[in-house]
Amino acid sequence: MSNKTLLNSKDIEIILHRLACQLIENHNDFSNTILIGLQPRGSYLANRLADVLKNEYQIKDLQLGLLDITFYRDDFRRRKAPLEAAATEMDFLIEGKDVVIIDDVLFSGRSVRAALTAMQSYGRPESIELLVLIDRRFSRHLPIQPDYRGRQVDAINEEKVLVTWKETHKKDAVYIEIK
Amino acid sequence: MSELSVPHLLGIKYLKSTDIDLIFKTADHFKAVINRPIKKVPSLRDITIANLFFENSTRTKLSFELAEKRLSADVINFSAGQSSVKKGETLIDTVNNILAMKVDIVVMRHANVGAGVFLSKHVDAKIINAGDGTHEHPTQALLDSYSIKEKLGNVKGKKVLIVGDVLHSRVALSNIFALQLQGAEVKVCGPTTLIPKYIASLGVAVETNLKKALEWCDVANVLRVQHERMDINYFPSTREYTQLFGINQEILDNLSKKIVIMHPGPINRGVEITSAVADSNESIILEQVENGVAIRMAVIYLLAQQVKR
Repeated sequence: MSNKTLLNSKDIEIILHRLACQLIENHNDFSNTILIGLQPRGSYLANRLADVLKNEYQIKDLQLGLLDITFYRDDFRRRKAPLEAAATEMDFLIEGKDVVIIDDVLFSGRSVRAALTAMQSYGRPESIELLVLIDRRFSRHLPIQPDYRGRQVDAINEEKVLVTWKETHKKDAVYIEIK
Repeated sequence: MSELSVPHLLGIKYLKSTDIDLIFKTADHFKAVINRPIKKVPSLRDITIANLFFENSTRTKLSFELAEKRLSADVINFSAGQSSVKKGETLIDTVNNILAMKVDIVVMRHANVGAGVFLSKHVDAKIINAGDGTHEHPTQALLDSYSIKEKLGNVKGKKVLIVGDVLHSRVALSNIFALQLQGAEVKVCGPTTLIPKYIASLGVAVETNLKKALEWCDVANVLRVQHERMDINYFPSTREYTQLFGINQEILDNLSKKIVIMHPGPINRGVEITSAVADSNESIILEQVENGVAIRMAVIYLLAQQVKR
């Protein structure tokens, strides 16, 4: 088993700024926008992106939620290990808002499908977009594509994409794990 | 650890403390769910649950049914009063007939001790004991501990008093097991006729003076006097019981500290507890009811994970 570095911390920093600028292009001052990070792994990216928007681009009233999709997944009782839930932190409704779902890796698209179902519990948004750091091409099970992507990867199925963050692993990086 | 160590919930006796931690952690998530505008998750869409109540119940049955519906399970209800049980059908036959309709989980209340354990050995479904005679009522004990944890931050090291009809109470026995498993100290208080003879073998102390007992505890769990289970007179009169073991505001005001008051319901107002105390700020009776739904959702969700496809 070996790891190939796909993105180092400098690359990730540049990508975060680019994604932030692309968001600003479409959402102006974010007055009707809500960012939602998917728990557990998407929340790191969402928090980081929110920091960049607030500190570097002076976006003041940024609404950020963290959504846990465990109870909305379609593979309950279909996988070997039981699913473990994380906390949902959404203290607002998304009725009439422009929502951006944020996750680290887009693979089969099933998490995003579950997130779309979960969000119905919080109202009817005006629109929903998807932002991911890594888009694994050719691995989708569902017709779901990102609106904003950090990097597209053509990893084959046995290869695994690993995203580590300063908050958990002391280092921002993306690896491809080859077995 | 994210899976229960048991295949059924028959009693607290069979659980490990890690199981209780897992149930509480899962219940936290469901408590958030039931406080949202849309109080429902689709997790159990392909699970069917039968609620078999061979003995009367209002709040436990409603609480289970609500928990099942909030998880999107299909629910069928059964009460012994209107069924073939009266025509002489055996328990196994009744349940197997229901299981033939493809039911995955059975929630059962029965007047006989051990009915759940018996059923779990003879039928192929997950069993949740919703009270078996005077034996155990595990979900009630779980929601009681969960409510204590919510109110006081922790169950470990707390002193919990169980007051009243301990002899006929399945709530008392399950609570004793659950509290001791989590490291709380338990004492019981009531007329000696209503205290089981071998209670000391469970490591539970007995105190017959209500004032002393209340002074000792952090939490008082007040039980109902179960007239319907009493075949003989255990105390001279209800009035005398109230005078010696009824909890009123005056007794609580004279204590050196504030204690938490709990009651599993239904309340006999003016007998074991006065209205003023039941509705006071120290009482967490309605929190117990709310937590009951979250705890039952957690138990059902965790057992449903084990249902084979």
